[in-house]
Amino acid sequence: MVEFVLPKNSKVTEGKTYAAPAGAKRTKTFKVYRWSPDDEANPHVDTYNIDLDACGPMVLDAIIHIKNNIDSTLTFRRSCREGICGSCAMNIDGTNTLACTKPIEEISGDVRIYPLPHMEVVKDLVPNLNHAYAQYASIEPWIKTKSPSPPADRERLQSPEERAKLDGLYECILCFCCSTSCPSYWWNSDRYLGPAILLQAYRWLADSRDEATGERLDNLEDPFRLYRCHTIMNCANTCPKGLNPSEAIAETKIMMTKRQG
Amino acid sequence: MKSVMRSLRSPLGRVRGLGSAHAGTEHWIGQRLTSLALIPLSLYPVVTFFLAANHGGYGALRDWLHSPISATAVILFLLVGFHHAANGLQVVIEDYVHCECAKSATLFVIKFGSLALALAGTLATLKIMLGA
Repeated sequence: MVEFVLPKNSKVTEGKTYAAPAGAKRTKTFKVYRWSPDDEANPHVDTYNIDLDACGPMVLDAIIHIKNNIDSTLTFRRSCREGICGSCAMNIDGTNTLACTKPIEEISGDVRIYPLPHMEVVKDLVPNLNHAYAQYASIEPWIKTKSPSPPADRERLQSPEERAKLDGLYECILCFCCSTSCPSYWWNSDRYLGPAILLQAYRWLADSRDEATGERLDNLEDPFRLYRCHTIMNCANTCPKGLNPSEAIAETKIMMTKRQG
Repeated sequence: MKSVMRSLRSPLGRVRGLGSAHAGTEHWIGQRLTSLALIPLSLYPVVTFFLAANHGGYGALRDWLHSPISATAVILFLLVGFHHAANGLQVVIEDYVHCECAKSATLFVIKFGSLALALAGTLATLKIMLGA
């Protein structure tokens, strides 16, 4: 059944508060979710008051500032700091987004930072993505052909129009902001592939060079894998790259309908 | 990490699971087609039903149902409406009920309950239509 109340050990409590450094002129309060597997404690929210003049403009800059200068135990993923790796996806001010491309000044009031919703937490802001990556592997995200490979010095050709069909799809960085914002994915992620993976699946369905469209549709045609999408549209609202997974899912459903007759 | 440690099956093995059911499209199309069909099918009987009821009461209503067009519209409304309701409720149950026993039992009640109600409504309409 759907869980309407949190288990006892999931109730989030209030944690430590770190005061702003003396003399700071522009301060901002960051409330950050903390949980460690190393003790039996419930998760808690620590409050960091930081000097904005001492850190960069993005939320990721602030988190790195906290780790470097205030609390080195704060754990999070980050890599490219320019919105292309998807590592620093987290829930900021109530919306899933990338910490590296979210300006602090866009947030009025305290900045609340939590891990991606409804994912198992490894530690602090780090979600366990093993299942999501396995779902990605399950759609076999590589080109599949029956035609003989072109010679080593030639490409598989594609017209500009055919290539244009991949726009809005290939830009997905697999940050899973969309999937973890989807209530359908929260309730049924064991079987529903979720918007991120379905967008990736459509990326290969839409690729004119791929010759396994039927097999790919066979693999997706399932009441849970595909049809748990109820067009809630949280995915399109939250995508930090401005993509529309629900449109890709709708296109996939149209392809399913077309082959019915 | 406890739920991950409970089974040593690989994440990909868990995701691939029992494989694709190769089903769902017909259900999805059916839900959309019945919802479209219900726009005229619900408007016609409801409007004409209230018109008849307001202009002659019970007798006028019975007369209205004696017409094959009205009776057909009502029966279609009942069949399509209950089919649509059963389809929709099935999705809700599949979304929220994860215990296999409770899910199967609820789906059984919904499907046969809808069938029974549609049948009862149809027979009642036919009885009035064919009655004196």
